[in-house]
Amino acid sequence: MTSATPLQQLREFLADPANRSPHNRFLDIQLQDLEHGRAKLRVPYSATLAGNTDSGVLHGGVITTVIDSACGIATLAALPERARIATLDLRIDYLKPATPGEDVVASAHCYKVTRNVCFVRAIAYHENPDDPIANCAASFMVTPLEVASGGPS
Amino acid sequence: MSIVERMREARASGDFSGLVAAIPYMASLGLEPVMVDGRLQVRLEASRIHVGNPFLQALHGGMLGGLLESTAILELALELAGDALPKPITITVDYLRSGRVAPTFADARVTRLGRRVANVHARCWQDDPDRPTATLIGHFLVG
Repeated sequence: MTSATPLQQLREFLADPANRSPHNRFLDIQLQDLEHGRAKLRVPYSATLAGNTDSGVLHGGVITTVIDSACGIATLAALPERARIATLDLRIDYLKPATPGEDVVASAHCYKVTRNVCFVRAIAYHENPDDPIANCAASFMVTPLEVASGGPS
Repeated sequence: MSIVERMREARASGDFSGLVAAIPYMASLGLEPVMVDGRLQVRLEASRIHVGNPFLQALHGGMLGGLLESTAILELALELAGDALPKPITITVDYLRSGRVAPTFADARVTRLGRRVANVHARCWQDDPDRPTATLIGHFLVG
């Protein structure tokens, strides 16, 4: 499969359940869309992931996790070859509480690739990206696979 | 019983089980608040379900963010007199080391408590609190 583009290779890699992140599987996070430098992930609502039984609103940790994952996959999808990545930092603005009962989508765009670091922005929303729940700016360290062994995070 | 009442009860008795039951995310992930020398600590017996990268067996960065945010909210709530849980406005998480599948600990301190907004620093570690795995700075709405 030497003719496959890096994006096609990444799609195949992510389609294999053995390569899925165990914690993403635990939260039932699903990949919805993958383009060059862009990734969209969905986390289904679950009352077991609420931050408060009184309100039923999803815990911020769930939003952080789906955003971090979307940013990581968008970064992998922006790189010309497979690499190992690690989150350097992540800033999240919580714009409004998630609505109980509704799934959350995280949409990430890796807008700048450099030799060592990639820069990503992301939003989380229910149905309408113009009415986001959260906004994120993140940076990732990139290590080529010749240097490091192991797959993407 | 409100969540803050559960929190006061937990601090008085040292038994956080009622509180954790009211925060399903913490119960689901196995985030366990305990008092150590009068200070709140949140503990995680990390296992496979907390792993982000299956090849490196590294803990998920978003999950560590959730641990830090939970710890910051609880620490702040313990210091507040109000009836509502503080709401995160902005959080910044710095990832300093890779998290292994090993017991992980977190604590937090309130750096400024204003009328409407509080600033909280949190850290998590595995071997040495002075060598944190990740740190968080958050602004929380308390008014």
